[in-house]
Amino acid sequence: MRHLLTASMPRDEAVALLDLAEDMHQIQDRELKKLPALRGRTVVNLFFEDSTRTRSSFEIAGKWLSADVINVSGKGSSVSKGESLRDTGLTIAAMGVDGVVVRSGASGAPALLADWIGRPVVNAGDGTHEHPTQALLDAFALRRRIHGDAARGKALDGVRVAIVGDIAHSRVARSNALLLPALGAEVTLVGPPPLLPPAASDGTRLGVRAEPSLDRVIDERPDAMMLLRVQLERQAGKVAPSAAEYITGWSLTDERLARLGDAHLLHPGPMNRGLELSSRAADSDRSAILEQVTAGVSVRMAVLYALLASDHPAPDHASSVSGGAR
Amino acid sequence: MTTLLTGAAVLGGEPRDLAIEDGVLVDPSAIDRDRAEVIDASGLVALPGLVDLHTHLRQPGGEQAETVASGVRAAAAGGFTCVFAMANTNPVADTPAVVEQVHRLGLEAGLATVRPIGAVTVGLAGERLADMTMLARSAARVTVFSDDGHCVHDAELMRRALEHAAALDAVVAQHAQDPALTRGAVMHEGPLSAELGLGGWPAVAEASIVARDAMLAELAGARLHVCHVSTAETVEVVRAAKARGARITAEVAPHHLLLTEELVRSYDARFKVNPPLRTDADVRALREALADGTIDIVATDHAPHAPEAKLAAFADASFGMVGLETALQVVQMACVETGLMDWAGVARAMSTAPAEIGREPGYDAPLAIGSPAHVVLVDPAARAVVEERHLKGRSANSPYLGRELPGRVLHVWHGGRRTLAAGEIVTGEIVTEEVGR
Ligand SMILES: [Zn+2]
Repeated sequence: MRHLLTASMPRDEAVALLDLAEDMHQIQDRELKKLPALRGRTVVNLFFEDSTRTRSSFEIAGKWLSADVINVSGKGSSVSKGESLRDTGLTIAAMGVDGVVVRSGASGAPALLADWIGRPVVNAGDGTHEHPTQALLDAFALRRRIHGDAARGKALDGVRVAIVGDIAHSRVARSNALLLPALGAEVTLVGPPPLLPPAASDGTRLGVRAEPSLDRVIDERPDAMMLLRVQLERQAGKVAPSAAEYITGWSLTDERLARLGDAHLLHPGPMNRGLELSSRAADSDRSAILEQVTAGVSVRMAVLYALLASDHPAPDHASSVSGGAR
Repeated sequence: MTTLLTGAAVLGGEPRDLAIEDGVLVDPSAIDRDRAEVIDASGLVALPGLVDLHTHLRQPGGEQAETVASGVRAAAAGGFTCVFAMANTNPVADTPAVVEQVHRLGLEAGLATVRPIGAVTVGLAGERLADMTMLARSAARVTVFSDDGHCVHDAELMRRALEHAAALDAVVAQHAQDPALTRGAVMHEGPLSAELGLGGWPAVAEASIVARDAMLAELAGARLHVCHVSTAETVEVVRAAKARGARITAEVAPHHLLLTEELVRSYDARFKVNPPLRTDADVRALREALADGTIDIVATDHAPHAPEAKLAAFADASFGMVGLETALQVVQMACVETGLMDWAGVARAMSTAPAEIGREPGYDAPLAIGSPAHVVLVDPAARAVVEERHLKGRSANSPYLGRELPGRVLHVWHGGRRTLAAGEIVTGEIVTEEVGR
């Protein structure tokens, strides 16, 4: 793995990354959380788009691996003064950084930077395209929920996951629709019809099944449900329904929560309580939402380690890290 | 000055000689062969000078990407002897002053005839009609009106523009794109746009405007020309309108005959164009429609851009590709080598028919004795990888760089004047008179 641009990866590679994240997860319980793995390495968080959550998560991940982490934001920098994406990338590469974490409002920007700058690039979310570390942390949190401490080496075979919300504009949905099926899960996309992406000739959307009715999906008793953040201001009244309409059709209300049974609940945050899901749902013991945040740091440590540690980690190298961590 | 071309496959037919004297094609048996410059054209195909109904020359206002002078170099390199220059300059070609400036720059540049296209609406804003009659009566003699880059989407404005055009024997060339259905659209809408997370441009946004415009043209008794048809759906709409007897003509751009949306996977903005690259099925439908005459012509939509306009994320980059230099090669690959068209068909689609639509005289009897000597010699057996040095305009935003294309335009005469010799531009004296009329 030279870059992490997409969540589309072979099953073995995904399981190995999740296992490496398990190793990283262990050190979060330690008093002294730092590993020396990336000492002397410099990581730039190049954020053309604001995201305190994702940026902080990458920043903590880098620091716990002893990397020097520098944040460059789009606002107030040359980025907003008309400098081309390519010039920005080349300028940062010329400063001798070892890796770049990119968040951009433009789909494909991390892939172009990876071509242009010849340094490892991590896609921290690009436009309406992908958010691979989010999908990895979702898979990680779900795997822990299902397999507990025996999660290492396991995938998500046969786990049925419903992803609910504005699928068409969600990079989280896209990355999960790629990663979870690779791990053996069955994914169903659920949302108002204008917020579902175009269908292929076989009826799949993003390569998986889509279903406009949340109630029908709830009747199927999925094992997990991921509620996406919904931004109803996006072309309100045309593409996006009103809040009342959304709640009627697609919100995980208390009533739907009761019918859903014991499915695990995921949400990439930040939540709109009462819109995507009820407060009772968010705070229930089915909710893995805070575990997702913790998983985010572990997964991002694993990704930075896999890309930037001097010897690329085979799974056995990964276990030697965990040895050091225990 | 007499030039004798020996043994050329004229319009792809049996080898014979062609002779050029005083800017006109003459009977080769009637010339003094001892005093003629002789060019061995054996193995070469002779075509009439190509006519491009859809070129962006960028001047005035976009001179860092192209000028009239650099654009006609690209034209000559591609075998074109006449180009129609789109109106989306800055200022827009919506006044006699601007079209006359472009017309004059064309005369100064030589190499090819430059015919300015007039805007349909003031500033291409889609709100008020430009003074179409004044543009038609200007020294630039505007015969084609277009807001290209923008769709004239207000149905009443389109109707009134067609009424003016009918009275002027002009044509309205529509960039068919329903703006409401294409907000934020940067590539073909379908499973791939969903996968890449890029805004989708649905086929219906083109076909629905063409269906409406065909009916408006019938109502106005006017000629409608559809720019850059890109989808199988639009082909069906054009076919039905022609069957009804509507006076509708249509063009296809070379890139839509060869390239598909799969290229966008790279997020390389060289493949960003409007309308976007479509699917394999669309490419097949467009080739067949060109071959059977449903689509009348090939027009390049040559759209030069400075490098920085393309060194951006896909959604942020500019739309457009240069196309003059490679158009004939692409048509050879997509339509001739596939057996769909012969060279006579290519001559019709790239010279006779576009000249007829644009009311440019001198192209109605291709390579016939007595016609203006607009002549192209092509080596159809050549094959080469497209490199930047093959691009003679000012910009290099070609989707074909690094790709092998067949055919090579070797020699071009524009009204008897040599503009391309062995693939190189012939820069000569400034021509101050209109050539070949
Ligand atoms: Zn156009």
